[in-house]
Amino acid sequence: MIAYYARRMARLLTARIDGPLLGAVLLLMGAGLVVLYSASNAGWTRVSGQMVNMLVALTVMWMMANVPPHFLMRLALPMFIVGLLLLVGVAVKGEVINGARRWLNVGITRIQPSELMKIATPLMLAWYFHRYEGTLRARNFLVGAILMLVPVVLIARQPDLGTAVLILASGCYVLFLAGLSWKIIAGLGVIAIAGAPAAWSMLHGYQRQRILTLLDPSQDPLGAGYHTIQSTIAVGSGGLAGKGWLQGTQTHLDFIPERTTDFIFAVFSEEFGLLGNVVLLGLFLLVILRGLVIAANAPTLFTRLLAGSISLTFFTYAFVNMGMVSGILPVVGVPLPIISYGGTALVSLCLGLGILMSIQTHRKLVHT
Amino acid sequence: MPRMLFSSGIEFRDSQREQHQFKGRLAVMAVFVLLMFSVLLGRFVYLQMTQHEHYHTLAEANRISILPATPGRGLITDRNGLELAYNYTGHTLEITPAKVGDVNAVIDRLGEIVEISPRDRRRFRKLLDESKSFESLPIRARLSDEEIARFAARRYRFPGVEIKARLFRLYPQGDLFSHVIGYIGRINQRELERLEENDELPNYRGTDYIGKMGLEQSYERLLHGTTGVEQVEIDSAGRAVRTLSRVPPVSGANLVLKIDAGLQALVFKAFGNRRGALVALDPETGGVLAFVSKPGFDPNLFVDGIDPQSWNELRNSPDRPMLNRALAGTYPPGSTFKPFMALAALTYGKRTPQQGIADPGYFWMGNHQFRDDVVGGHGWVDMHKSIVVSCDTYYYVLANDLGIDAIARFMSQLGFGSRSGIDLSGEATGTLPSREWKKKRFKRDWFAGETVSVAIGQGYNAYTPLQLASAMATVANDGIMFRPHVVDYIEDARTKIRTPVEPRPLRNLEWKPEHVAVIKRAMVGVNLQGTSATAFVGAGYSSGGKTGTSQVIGIKQGEKYIESRVAERHRDHALFIAYAPADKPKIALALIVENAGFGAKAAAPIARQVLDYYLLGKEAGASEAARGAQQ
Repeated sequence: MIAYYARRMARLLTARIDGPLLGAVLLLMGAGLVVLYSASNAGWTRVSGQMVNMLVALTVMWMMANVPPHFLMRLALPMFIVGLLLLVGVAVKGEVINGARRWLNVGITRIQPSELMKIATPLMLAWYFHRYEGTLRARNFLVGAILMLVPVVLIARQPDLGTAVLILASGCYVLFLAGLSWKIIAGLGVIAIAGAPAAWSMLHGYQRQRILTLLDPSQDPLGAGYHTIQSTIAVGSGGLAGKGWLQGTQTHLDFIPERTTDFIFAVFSEEFGLLGNVVLLGLFLLVILRGLVIAANAPTLFTRLLAGSISLTFFTYAFVNMGMVSGILPVVGVPLPIISYGGTALVSLCLGLGILMSIQTHRKLVHT
Repeated sequence: MPRMLFSSGIEFRDSQREQHQFKGRLAVMAVFVLLMFSVLLGRFVYLQMTQHEHYHTLAEANRISILPATPGRGLITDRNGLELAYNYTGHTLEITPAKVGDVNAVIDRLGEIVEISPRDRRRFRKLLDESKSFESLPIRARLSDEEIARFAARRYRFPGVEIKARLFRLYPQGDLFSHVIGYIGRINQRELERLEENDELPNYRGTDYIGKMGLEQSYERLLHGTTGVEQVEIDSAGRAVRTLSRVPPVSGANLVLKIDAGLQALVFKAFGNRRGALVALDPETGGVLAFVSKPGFDPNLFVDGIDPQSWNELRNSPDRPMLNRALAGTYPPGSTFKPFMALAALTYGKRTPQQGIADPGYFWMGNHQFRDDVVGGHGWVDMHKSIVVSCDTYYYVLANDLGIDAIARFMSQLGFGSRSGIDLSGEATGTLPSREWKKKRFKRDWFAGETVSVAIGQGYNAYTPLQLASAMATVANDGIMFRPHVVDYIEDARTKIRTPVEPRPLRNLEWKPEHVAVIKRAMVGVNLQGTSATAFVGAGYSSGGKTGTSQVIGIKQGEKYIESRVAERHRDHALFIAYAPADKPKIALALIVENAGFGAKAAAPIARQVLDYYLLGKEAGASEAARGAQQ
């Protein structure tokens, strides 16, 4: 009897879970805790806090895995509209923290609507393109682009370049996967190059500084270039096999700024070296490629586009973060997925992975 | 319906096509992902393998800081181990001008937390002018624990202001040893350049102070020690986390002086408020037993950087406390010159001890009359009596017979007119008159009349008390001359192994023993029945001496010097040279009391106290000193 219920329970828990994805995520989480312990100078406070975050994130992932994709389809429009309204609310009367207007006080708590838009935007676009499946015209792509750009512009103006880049990327992935013509892509590329000076003039001073600093970090070694210089030194000094866990001098002597959050990869790379980096890249690649396989097998355009966008956004997180820590991309506030300390990004990433699982495990139930 | 079918057929085909296209696009993205990850991997390989050495070096440079480990400066003690100069750890409040905006405003705000006197401010101003703006300069020294706590609680308000623990030099004896020990002070630009020239700069990393005067200057290299190196791991804020390696500093050597602080104090007290100098030597080694120049100054004033007001007071005082009279003050030796003159006469065969003159009390040379101090003269005067009664006429005649060249040659061998080579810097050469000297100095020829003045220690003669003491010691030691030295032992700070400063015989003047004996007998006579007999009544030992009085202003022909009519600073200087015990001299000394008048009255009693103390022990000396103070 008990065994029966235990089996049923186990089935209930695992039925909608995708094994390879879960395995990769758990490995990443394990690695995350190990690095975090070192990054917080062998302290347990952040590690235990992050464990709670991980439990919450895994729970959210399980819940999302159990939500059928067609239900998500119904949520897409309302979520996007609520998100947009909140973003406008932020722009009008948001709270300024560290010079950026990102938070909205909704009475009980403060929320960051841009986080919501990370999932709402690809959801909305996937829903939109699904609605016009088979009759997609250039006009649809234009509407899709506008739908994408409204939140991106609002968030970039907060300013929160990291999130804006991620949402822009997730939207572009949907547009691309939905079949945006190569001609238009080429055209956009030409316009982008031509319009770069105009975009430059729209950037905030510190954002420009970050880009300039990337080109030549030594220009400002104690100011904006400091982060990049120190994290690059950490990565480079790690060598082939790393300095060993808890042995990173850049880490433990406080040379790496934000070393539990955005720059945690510098810690990992210093202590575990090139071999560690290869393993980490492998795990990320596993998640991304599994996501792309799920997208390829997905039964509807909505799920295909959504799965593809989620997977590639995950890739964007990883690439932008590691690129910025190793000094080939400007410093933008993008955490290393699953590894960086902090609950918000972890939960939103796991939410996306839960959706991937749901798409994979519900695919036979959907009728085309 | 067909339309529907057609349409749905198209939709189906479109859907198929779209799915196909979608997979194509996915493949493109997969390739894109792999490509981007390859870029990352390439970057990692570049950083972690190709450039690993470079970044490894940078990381090491980040975390390792090389700090100088400053050696402790050597201590200076007297012969009995009494500390004359030592170090203590104190806390200073220091400002790095380059890191603060308005220095004065910062000092004003600091003044609300710790006491900052106008003197501190003046001193800081002076330091500021002399230093580079990135140097950390002390605004306050010797902070109390309470002041440290008060500042520590508010330090966040004062970027560029720090509390530092430093070794301070303290001279517990104050002015008593100021002209022997000297002082240390902050290294100035000129000293920095000299250190650089001598390649000593690395050894001065972490050292702010250097010996400026006295032993502190002349033994700088030994006292300073060798700076060590400490490799420390630092965090990004520059705080030391742990020591990686350490080459410990080697503390500077300690100096043990031959001087007895008790004797020094006794002399100091015996001079009272009068200016002057005394040098006492061990004739058998040249070791300095007492070395006093009055007035002294407080060397502690200089350690933190002297404030301009105190400096001006010292510099402008008519007593000239900064002048080391024993080392660099030059005076005519007066009649203390006579024993040396007599010895010259014997050595060059110009006189026998028995040869004498009938002294009328004056000596005519051309139309110039040289007077004796006793009107009517001393009667029959031979060499012995000439010293005992200090007969000038005897030497007027002798001067003529010896001539300036012989006098200059003999006196030069005795060390007059040249540096003794004592282990203190700033020694004056004095003036040994000679034909060449006069030619060079005045471009004039020598007059025979000038020889007459020189013979009684007046005229151009000008010697330091140290030269006089050294000449006395040489006579006491029968012509074997030693280089005077203040330091007796150099002691290794760690092992406490003492290396004696070997007595260095400068030269043997190879006098005939019977000649020296005549002079010594006469000098014993001086203290028994001569000019200083009163000062040596009842001494429990035999001693030799010679009084002297040197003129500060010239007395015109036919005029008489009357002490009470002459302004204090134009009065004669009182001199005395002595040695004891007479048979086997253990101490030889020379002293001068400025503007004190007759040598026998003002100078000889001080010599008596010194000899009593040195030969009979502290008790006698102390009681004598007490008696001297009462008088």
